[in-house]
Amino acid sequence: MKKITWSLWIFLTLAIGSYFAYTLLIKEDKSQLLIGETSHGHYQIELACSSCHTEAFGGEEVIQNACVNCHAEELEQAHDSHPKKKFTDPREAYRLEIIDARYCISCHTEHQEEQTHAMGVTLPDDYCYHCHKEISDERESHKDLAFDSCASAGCHNFHDNRALYESFLVQHANKPWLDDIARISAPSNAALSKAQNPVIKNESIDQQYSVSHPEITQHWSATSHAQAGVSCSGCHTTENNSEWIERPALQQCQQCHQQEAEGFLASKHGMRLSPKLETQLPAVRPMDSPMDFKHSSLNAQHGCNSCHAAHEFNTQFAATEACLTCHNDEHSLAFKNSPHGKLWQSASLGDIDPENAVSCATCHLPRVADQNTGIKIVNKNNKEGNSEREINVRVEHNQNFYLRPNEKMIRPVCMQCHSLEFSIDALADETLIKNNFSGKLSKHIPSIDWALKREVDK
Amino acid sequence: MKKVIQATAVLGSLLALSACNQEPVSTGIEPKLYTDSLFAVMNADRANYTKLVVQRLGPNGVGAIKPDEHWQDIPNGTLLPAQMFRAGSEAVAEITDEFTYSLQSIWPINKQNAPKTPMEKEGLEYIAANPGENFYGEETLGDATYFTAVYPDVAVSEACTKCHNEHKDTPRTDFVLGEVMGGVVIRVPLSL
Repeated sequence: MKKITWSLWIFLTLAIGSYFAYTLLIKEDKSQLLIGETSHGHYQIELACSSCHTEAFGGEEVIQNACVNCHAEELEQAHDSHPKKKFTDPREAYRLEIIDARYCISCHTEHQEEQTHAMGVTLPDDYCYHCHKEISDERESHKDLAFDSCASAGCHNFHDNRALYESFLVQHANKPWLDDIARISAPSNAALSKAQNPVIKNESIDQQYSVSHPEITQHWSATSHAQAGVSCSGCHTTENNSEWIERPALQQCQQCHQQEAEGFLASKHGMRLSPKLETQLPAVRPMDSPMDFKHSSLNAQHGCNSCHAAHEFNTQFAATEACLTCHNDEHSLAFKNSPHGKLWQSASLGDIDPENAVSCATCHLPRVADQNTGIKIVNKNNKEGNSEREINVRVEHNQNFYLRPNEKMIRPVCMQCHSLEFSIDALADETLIKNNFSGKLSKHIPSIDWALKREVDK
Repeated sequence: MKKVIQATAVLGSLLALSACNQEPVSTGIEPKLYTDSLFAVMNADRANYTKLVVQRLGPNGVGAIKPDEHWQDIPNGTLLPAQMFRAGSEAVAEITDEFTYSLQSIWPINKQNAPKTPMEKEGLEYIAANPGENFYGEETLGDATYFTAVYPDVAVSEACTKCHNEHKDTPRTDFVLGEVMGGVVIRVPLSL
């Protein structure tokens, strides 16, 4: 009996070991190795294990390098309030024993669904207490505040406080909730001036296909591509090969639209196609997401043409209708009847300029000035801008760049038309977000009031 | 063969004995001299930035630059002297962990720059009570022992006293030129 038990134990051990070795080393689908549900920020790439686990052994440093590989630039642009360099001095050793803030995973542990809160944080929400517990003694206004409200009430963020720091609050206090002339930035020739590769032009191919496809040619002739001299061969062939490409995709688009592609590849829409991944993954589909999407679009794979329909490249369609083709959540469904949505309808009918209206893209894929110039978002009506200056405005195609946390949206988006105070209050009002900002504010965040009081008391 | 072994043994012994008469092998620069030298460089750079850049080109000079805590957010913004010092310290930390340094005070505007370890507190209080003197000691932080030196940080220009006396978060409003406002803490790991 003992012999049988031992034999069975050895057999089962070998069988299970072999199965997982096969899954680890050979099998393409490694989903059985996932140790838990992946967070909303990484589920798209959860089967590209080596993107984060770049080495089999190595611990925190290896994972940290993977985090930095994708997120370092964004954190630098955000003027990160808690960079790693603040915690490397030996005098911080006592703090690191509680929370080792040198490593991203100390606060954002992956595959821990039951512990994961907003922003992918896996620590209890009162984490600020460990280093800032004296704040209630120092500031009268903070006396009775709970430490789990620091980063959840619209006052502070751990990383990005560009719209929330005290002197910014004071500088932008006491403004009307809506500008007299509310206008967003107009588009510019960003793609054209930034394209590093020359536009391909094969006149015999252009001639051949424009004659055989008159309807498509007619659509194309009304586009920016036609105005910029990007003809059939510009997208349907490559520089070194005149062979016809039936369905040009990201690879062809990014020949000219480098900035747009860069944003798209960092976004939830395009991160699966990023060259930073060592494993090739198929483009993301709505059915891969835990969010609400329309049944008719569950299988639609996301690429440039998903929003920018081929040959027409209608940016007005891409700015709203394309989003609503898939997105089916409460916020999206409330858009058309919201104040922003009504403005957009007026613009669609030609009653007002598109720059006076707000689409989905206005907030989620906003027009921003070229970051390298260091110039703020400006246009002819913008108080910060200079009307004589040529500004390179581009569309940020990473829909998450100004969304998580949503206070990132205040300066580049909301404050183009609204006051800082209104923007902070609106983005802290969950009901208002759900109904797409239809109705009155039900919340007031007192941070500007407190900042002004300190100025008076000084 | 036996003779060769004997000769080698004798030669070895002679060499070993002769080594006993030589000077002891150098163990490197004294920690105190090391930190004193580092401080000389830091102090010179810090005074120069404050006097030659901030005071000359800032609001009290020609107004060409605006020293501000949020300098990244201002087109002509530049780092406050304390931030400039910190930026140097952080840049050094990315190059080496053979030493670290920071600017601290028992009257800090930013409370994160208050002393955190008992030795920092002792050192900062000592240099404030004994102008012109430095403080040296050893402390254990985490798993490592450090040689810790604390040097006085003196108000070298009106820019220092004016800003610190008028800031809404300052715990002191009566700093005068030449007074110790804080200290530079330099740490050298003695064991790892």
